[in-house]
Amino acid sequence: MVNMIVFLVCAIICILGATGVVFSRNPVHSALSLVATLFGIAVLFVQMAAQFLAAVQVIVYTGAIVVLILFVIMLLGVDKEEDIDDEPLAGQRVSAYLVAGVTIVGLVVLLGLAGFNDPNNERRGLGVATADLVTGDKSVTAPLSTSMATTGRGDVVENADPDNIKTLGRLLFTKYVFAFEVTGLLLTIAVVGAVVMARRPTDLVAPPEEPASMEDDFMADVEAESSGAH
Amino acid sequence: MTQLYPAMLGLSAALFAIGAMGLLRRRNPLVMIMCVELMLNAVNLTFVTFGNMLNDAAGQAIVFFVLVVAAAEVVVGLGIIVAISRRKPGATADDISMLRG
Repeated sequence: MVNMIVFLVCAIICILGATGVVFSRNPVHSALSLVATLFGIAVLFVQMAAQFLAAVQVIVYTGAIVVLILFVIMLLGVDKEEDIDDEPLAGQRVSAYLVAGVTIVGLVVLLGLAGFNDPNNERRGLGVATADLVTGDKSVTAPLSTSMATTGRGDVVENADPDNIKTLGRLLFTKYVFAFEVTGLLLTIAVVGAVVMARRPTDLVAPPEEPASMEDDFMADVEAESSGAH
Repeated sequence: MTQLYPAMLGLSAALFAIGAMGLLRRRNPLVMIMCVELMLNAVNLTFVTFGNMLNDAAGQAIVFFVLVVAAAEVVVGLGIIVAISRRKPGATADDISMLRG
């Protein structure tokens, strides 16, 4: 019951934030709506016992990415309103709505076909063979904590073990260690690329004043003063 | 909790569709990047949900990698936007289709 209420509140926040991102005329409002959506998703992560990911979501996304986007908005001074009804490409808006509708209908139909709504369906989801391969004890990676605890209110709390982060860390540094290293390399490349990209190009920079001429002016001033003194 | 998993998947489908619609509809490159972030978050939610359904920690491990790639993508994308806006202030996605100054 509590889970349901939390989910409903977060879902409403997420959907409202997402529509705010898409339909706000002001990019700053879009960024703030994105923050609302990211927070809603972080709460859902906590609900699904992914505490580490929830913390990272808040720190990295709302603390770094959205702030970076806001910095760029302020830096470029593009916080002016955009006329989103303007449509230079004929049919762009209609095709966007069409793609969104097809996407959501297709995904929901797929969910229905997969049979996730029927808990008694043994073959639900990915099929028996795949499920045997990737689930629980036979997992090809590592099982999440399998401890099941029951709260006083009768809700079954899955993965109540707070050491879920230990599983994740061990997985990152054993099975996925190569991907982890490549990720570090990717971040380095991204930093270098951003610096190269955002550097002011040399042909746009006003040439610096010649030090020699400054020295000449200074010497001229000195000579003028000294001649005046005489 | 278990009965909420289909709803989680439905929510992430909705978020993904909204993000795709925004990406196709908006012309401000900054807002387009935000819509890409929205779609990535919808996928993250799906990964965590499936990881819990299948009791597999890989669902959470891959979200970690998605987060890193999203951060790198934003950094490079914003660098490109800053570089373009310096040459063409107020450029929209239509104005920069030639990818040259």
